[in-house]
Amino acid sequence: MPWPLIAAAPPRGGSRLSAALAPWLAVLPIALISVIPVLVVVSSLVNPDRETWDHLWQYELPEVLGNSFWLVLGVGLGVTVLGVSLAWLTATCHFPGRAFFNWALLLPLALPAYVTAFVWLGLLDFSGPLATWLRETHGILRLPPIRSRGGVILVMSLAFYPYVYLTARVAFQGQGRRLMEAAQSLGLSRQAAFWRVALPMARPGIVAGLMLALMETLADFGTVAVFNYNTFTTSIYKAWFSLFSLPAASQLASLLIFFVLIVALLEYQSRARRSYAVSTRAASTPGRIRLRGWRAALALAWCGVVFTLAFALPAGQILAWAAGVWAADFDARYLQFAWHSLLLSGLGALLVGGLAMTLAYAQRLHPTPAMRVTARLSTLGYALPGAVLAVGFFIPVAWLDNLLIDHLGFAGQTLGGTLVVMLLAYCTRFLAVSFGPVESGLTRVSRSVDEAAQSLGVVGARRLWRIHLPMLRVSMLSAAALTFVDLMKELPITLMTRPFGWDTLAVRVFEMTSEGEWERAALPAAAIALVGLLPVVFLMRNTEHAHT
Amino acid sequence: MLTLENVAQAYGRKQVLQNVSFELAAGEIGCLLGPSGCGKTTALRLVAGFESLQSGRILLDGGQVAGPDQALPPERRRLGLVFQDYALFPHLSVTGNIGFGLGSLPRREREARVDEMLRLVGLSQEARQYPHQLSGGQQQRVALARALAPRPRLLLLDEPFSNLDVELREKLSIEVRDILKHEGITALLVTHDQHEAFAMADQVGVMHAGVIQQWGTPYDLYHRPRNRFVAGFIGQGVLLPGVVRSAHQVQVELGMLQGVDAAECDGGSCLTFGIGTEVEVLIRPDDILHDDDSPLQAEVERRAFRGAEFLYTLRLPSGARVLTQVSSHHDHAIGEKIGIRLDVGHVVAFRRPPPDAPRGRA
Repeated sequence: MPWPLIAAAPPRGGSRLSAALAPWLAVLPIALISVIPVLVVVSSLVNPDRETWDHLWQYELPEVLGNSFWLVLGVGLGVTVLGVSLAWLTATCHFPGRAFFNWALLLPLALPAYVTAFVWLGLLDFSGPLATWLRETHGILRLPPIRSRGGVILVMSLAFYPYVYLTARVAFQGQGRRLMEAAQSLGLSRQAAFWRVALPMARPGIVAGLMLALMETLADFGTVAVFNYNTFTTSIYKAWFSLFSLPAASQLASLLIFFVLIVALLEYQSRARRSYAVSTRAASTPGRIRLRGWRAALALAWCGVVFTLAFALPAGQILAWAAGVWAADFDARYLQFAWHSLLLSGLGALLVGGLAMTLAYAQRLHPTPAMRVTARLSTLGYALPGAVLAVGFFIPVAWLDNLLIDHLGFAGQTLGGTLVVMLLAYCTRFLAVSFGPVESGLTRVSRSVDEAAQSLGVVGARRLWRIHLPMLRVSMLSAAALTFVDLMKELPITLMTRPFGWDTLAVRVFEMTSEGEWERAALPAAAIALVGLLPVVFLMRNTEHAHT
Repeated sequence: MLTLENVAQAYGRKQVLQNVSFELAAGEIGCLLGPSGCGKTTALRLVAGFESLQSGRILLDGGQVAGPDQALPPERRRLGLVFQDYALFPHLSVTGNIGFGLGSLPRREREARVDEMLRLVGLSQEARQYPHQLSGGQQQRVALARALAPRPRLLLLDEPFSNLDVELREKLSIEVRDILKHEGITALLVTHDQHEAFAMADQVGVMHAGVIQQWGTPYDLYHRPRNRFVAGFIGQGVLLPGVVRSAHQVQVELGMLQGVDAAECDGGSCLTFGIGTEVEVLIRPDDILHDDDSPLQAEVERRAFRGAEFLYTLRLPSGARVLTQVSSHHDHAIGEKIGIRLDVGHVVAFRRPPPDAPRGRA
């Protein structure tokens, strides 16, 4: 077959430069979006307003710092104890009910913490069903006060332990039984082997889960607001919406960022180390320690109690309340709330998914250290509390608004009154949620697949269309689903930056709970929890498959 | 057909390829053979166009595809590639995979070509299946069919059989060779497995440290290794100390070796060594025969049973060791003394290294 002598190929210089530039043009704006709120908020530290600062130090910060400290300490301890013990039982032991609890213990992820919180408040309230029942049948008048530091810590531990449970379980499963057997053959008792082998090996995984839980704790707004437990996020909210002091809100946010970044750094480090632990998985054998008699009963009871308190009881109570108020409360407004929730979550998930895909693909085409750093930077937003992002985006957008009004003659709020701030904040906060599955999906596509397509004459956009998108379908779907559900549950960003009239289900829950109307908060909460079940089912299937 | 001229490549301060030159004629199957990290895969990727060439030239059909300052992108080189992990597209059926590179053909022609390829690799029954439903050997053949479908000018195979178990590897390498020969395909193979190289290739280049140590037929590489590395890497054998006695004779412990071919000494001539030069002679297991009547006795030091034969490691009186392959009827225990006889067809000798250099078994 004749083949023309190769004409001089196009000089590499020009085409190479533009090929190298294109991904950066796509990636840099994404990185910029993530960095802006941090810069805005931190810059308020550089140029502090003395008066606000003094006021904060005198009246606000002592309480906020103390509360946050005890909260982080308490929740950290709580999620570690719950998560590690449950993970150990379901991953390495065999007892009646294990198969059920193995996935059921993930279910609390479906309930936003602020929902668990208001259910517990409602249950233990003086007029609540549990308190009433105890009073009338047993004559118990005083319950331990749920509206207390201990109460917040308990509820948050119940809501956030699945993060540790998940990572610890993966770590324990990855070890397999062989290492424990090796330790026992060297003369250690089973207990000693747990403390000296299994636990230290699982530590990176446990720490990673713990740090995620602590990030959620610091970022939480709904729970602490329901409990009237003043932390940074509620304080930011109050400064902005009660005192109308954006500088104060911004300065509080900058302090919060400082703490959050410490946690994020620890999480990042533990994640880097975790990969070593998992690599031994190939050598592991399945097989569980069979528990008998009182040990089995104890394991069953422990799993049962946690499951009941963290999921069964709150979920059941929500359904009961929702059923009670359904007839009286359900009306066209609810369809509107649901529609707003679906629309905003769907819009956000699409947007976030698109950005994540762009980022991951650029990193694929240009696997340079600079690109990797930029991608990491862009996804750092998962560590930033929604309240911080709300402030961090509102300030520059308001500034831009003024610019437009002053110089271009626009009337009134142009951007501030739209969804822009909210969507920007969504993107930053949840980019990592989408980026994770897409990136790991892409890394599973071996480089030689790219090269195979290229050698067959298929490159560029055609390769993306014919190879990568079809191969990534599942990853992109799971990315979109996870983001969608997180957005459904999202509270502080939506609450603080929604344009007038854009109330969602989550906002409705917040408004009802802040008035103590537990029954009426249950209806939107039930809807959120129902949607929230989706990714949990996803997660359960994935983690089960990975090890069978 | 394929020509590499003085190809050199470095990554950072590491020189990966140096002065690599070879040529493949149309229809010939060439192979780069070497241990991992020898640069063979880099050479293949340079031909494919996935790495940009730093110095030297690569020509296909007489036309330059890569030079220091110009390069044809991989998708325009019209090469077929078979990857180590096959790189099949998991979301496409066998048919979809094979037809992937035929996008420019009209539908009818495309289907005809896919059918032809399916028949060629014997997978017509599996046409509608997906890669994960196929066995390793079948996936391998799909990868081959996919690469051959667009009628490439040259086929490149990167460790194509390394993911298969040993028996399948041998069977498939013969099968693939038959297909390539039948179709008259020019191919370049990269592997670390000499059995694979010998089974597949007409010409083999042994690579080490980024340099082609020797380029030749498998027979030449085994019997006329040009240097110590090739002697050691190809086949088994030991280097036995000896002394040059005349232009055609080398004395070793086991006797006088006759018929030294000047051309086979260290790539040059034993004559240049000079009479009395200390050399090392390559002794293959098949150069030593077991002979109960022989006055030469050696002690069995190790034995490896291989079914049809034993591979004995023997200790000579001087303490030097040689290998011999003996029919497995001759079952000798370790420590036993057996008679041996030299049967060396031609002599391969290298100058003995200075005493501080590593030496011994090749």
